[in-house]
Amino acid sequence: MAQIKLSNLKHSYMPSPQGPQDYALKEIDVTWRDGGAYALLGPSGCGKSTLLNIISGLLTPSEGQILFDDRDVTALPPDQRNIAQVFQFPVIYDTMTVGENLAFPLKNRGVDPATIKRRVDEIAEMLDVTDMLNTRASGLSPDNKQKISMGRGLVRDDVNAVMFDEPLTVIDPHLKWKLRSKLKELHQRVQATMIYVTHDQTEALTFADEVVVMQEGEVVQIGTPVELFERPQHTFVGHFIGSPGMNVLPCEARGDRALFEGHEVVLEGPVSGSGGRTDLGIRPEYVGFGPEGIPAHVTKVADIGRHFVVSAMVGASPVKAVTEHAPPEPGSQVFLQFKPEQTRVYRDGWIATEERAR
Amino acid sequence: MRTENQKAWFFVLPVLALVAFNALVPMMTVVNYSVQETFGNNQFFWEGLGWFEQILRSDRFQAALGRQFLFTTLILMIEVPLGIIVALSMPRKGFWVPVCLVLMALPMLIPWNVVGSMWNIFTLPKIGLLGYFLNDVLGINYDMTQQPLSAWITIVVMDVWHWTSLVVLLCYAGLVSIPDAYYQAAKIDGASPWSVFRYIQLPKMKTVLTIAVLLRFMDSFNIYTEPFVLTGGGPGNSTTLLSIDLMKIALGQFDLGPAAAMSLIYFAITLLVSWVFYTLMTKDDAQ
Repeated sequence: MAQIKLSNLKHSYMPSPQGPQDYALKEIDVTWRDGGAYALLGPSGCGKSTLLNIISGLLTPSEGQILFDDRDVTALPPDQRNIAQVFQFPVIYDTMTVGENLAFPLKNRGVDPATIKRRVDEIAEMLDVTDMLNTRASGLSPDNKQKISMGRGLVRDDVNAVMFDEPLTVIDPHLKWKLRSKLKELHQRVQATMIYVTHDQTEALTFADEVVVMQEGEVVQIGTPVELFERPQHTFVGHFIGSPGMNVLPCEARGDRALFEGHEVVLEGPVSGSGGRTDLGIRPEYVGFGPEGIPAHVTKVADIGRHFVVSAMVGASPVKAVTEHAPPEPGSQVFLQFKPEQTRVYRDGWIATEERAR
Repeated sequence: MRTENQKAWFFVLPVLALVAFNALVPMMTVVNYSVQETFGNNQFFWEGLGWFEQILRSDRFQAALGRQFLFTTLILMIEVPLGIIVALSMPRKGFWVPVCLVLMALPMLIPWNVVGSMWNIFTLPKIGLLGYFLNDVLGINYDMTQQPLSAWITIVVMDVWHWTSLVVLLCYAGLVSIPDAYYQAAKIDGASPWSVFRYIQLPKMKTVLTIAVLLRFMDSFNIYTEPFVLTGGGPGNSTTLLSIDLMKIALGQFDLGPAAAMSLIYFAITLLVSWVFYTLMTKDDAQ
């Protein structure tokens, strides 16, 4: 078990990168607490798998350091870092039995047979695969294979961290939740640092204590699921997390107000900085209807079960609102009300309003 | 009540006719010859299993069969491990992949008799590049036209040169189909290079390797053209393999009966050994 610290990490797949556009990872500084459950969330190609491979040692970063409990491991190969990794597609040694698969990492490290047997039995019991120990691993279903590849990581009691690289991709939907809760349970039992890479926000938000959101090789925000939802630091986070995502509307900033389509909107606090592109950000959940406010024209209402998603036009800007009560009719005129403490201005994508002291 | 008809058989007829025309009927003429004796004039006399008995008891056949097994064993023992080693050391990505693949494929594209002539000219003492080099530069007494050992080394090396590529290309195809994640997982599990080979690469190559071994067995067991062009079965009978011996009986002496019986025995042995190989190599998959 260890705290994992990444300092000034940069990586480029090119031999001599020219500018920031050549980097798959740009300047990453993150500290992962010992025993925490983290998710790395971002769209495909944002660098999250690169980051994972750097932590596990399969890739050596172009610049920067990786520290496990303040010990520099940047130059160490994967087998000396004591990490475990579960890949997108289950990796199974086909010719071995389930038990031999689980014992393989220990055997390679020269652990004595009695200890191997004890650990394998323990892990098999934890993963509910005890009855399969003597069957050939090649014939298992994908979810059991994925469990075994996980088990190969957990069988070593000195693991610093377990990493998951989109481990549920090939699992049937009805087994996904089962395996996910198994993961959560395992995390509580083994207390290892776990890092879970995914592009699925539900997976990330249910698994992790803290989510690291990445975009184009940069960490955009690190926070608990609630923080990501309530106060996105970047329009990307606002848009990527939540369904539907945050409304991002072009506006002009004026002190602690914003001018949106000619209407004045109260913000959570004063806007800092100047210049650049300014956008108003508000989640559909905090857009309400009232007797007065910003006039809008309802274009579409979607019933998605627990609530309604109302699409409306304010001038030329589309705004989405979520309501649990009877929604307005499509084609009708309504007045929108933005909840001030949830209304923010983003400058060039980054948050530019100060949180008002409550 | 279920109604049944036999119409489906009509659909199989065209294939059956084709196979009968080019395989079954010619094969049956061989069977026909193998149980009869002829003195020409299209007159045939029933011989029973006499030819089979005579062939199986003859020293000549047994010697040729022994040479054939020796040759095939040597070929498999050299070409299969060598093919795996070459395939493992070939690059998996980058500029050199197509270069290596083309270089590997080249020997297989050369016609059999050309390979024989090439190696004949190459290895002739005094004239051939290799023959001259071995005899006159290195001082090794090498003459494949006179010494059985030299002749054997030459036909084995020639076959290795000609056909190892097949094993290489098949193994390579198996190797490139292994996802990177397997190697990464093995690294994390602390597997040694031998373990990676034993538990990842070899199992993934197994299917193609089965095909490679079968093809190399059948081809080398039935080999005719290259040794025929290179040594003509000599010096003496030292490189007279089964097929060369068979041609001598069938076309040289025109003994149709014994030749037909020998063909059938030859065929049966090839079939039997192939079946044994196949069963042994796939028996683990049955579970």
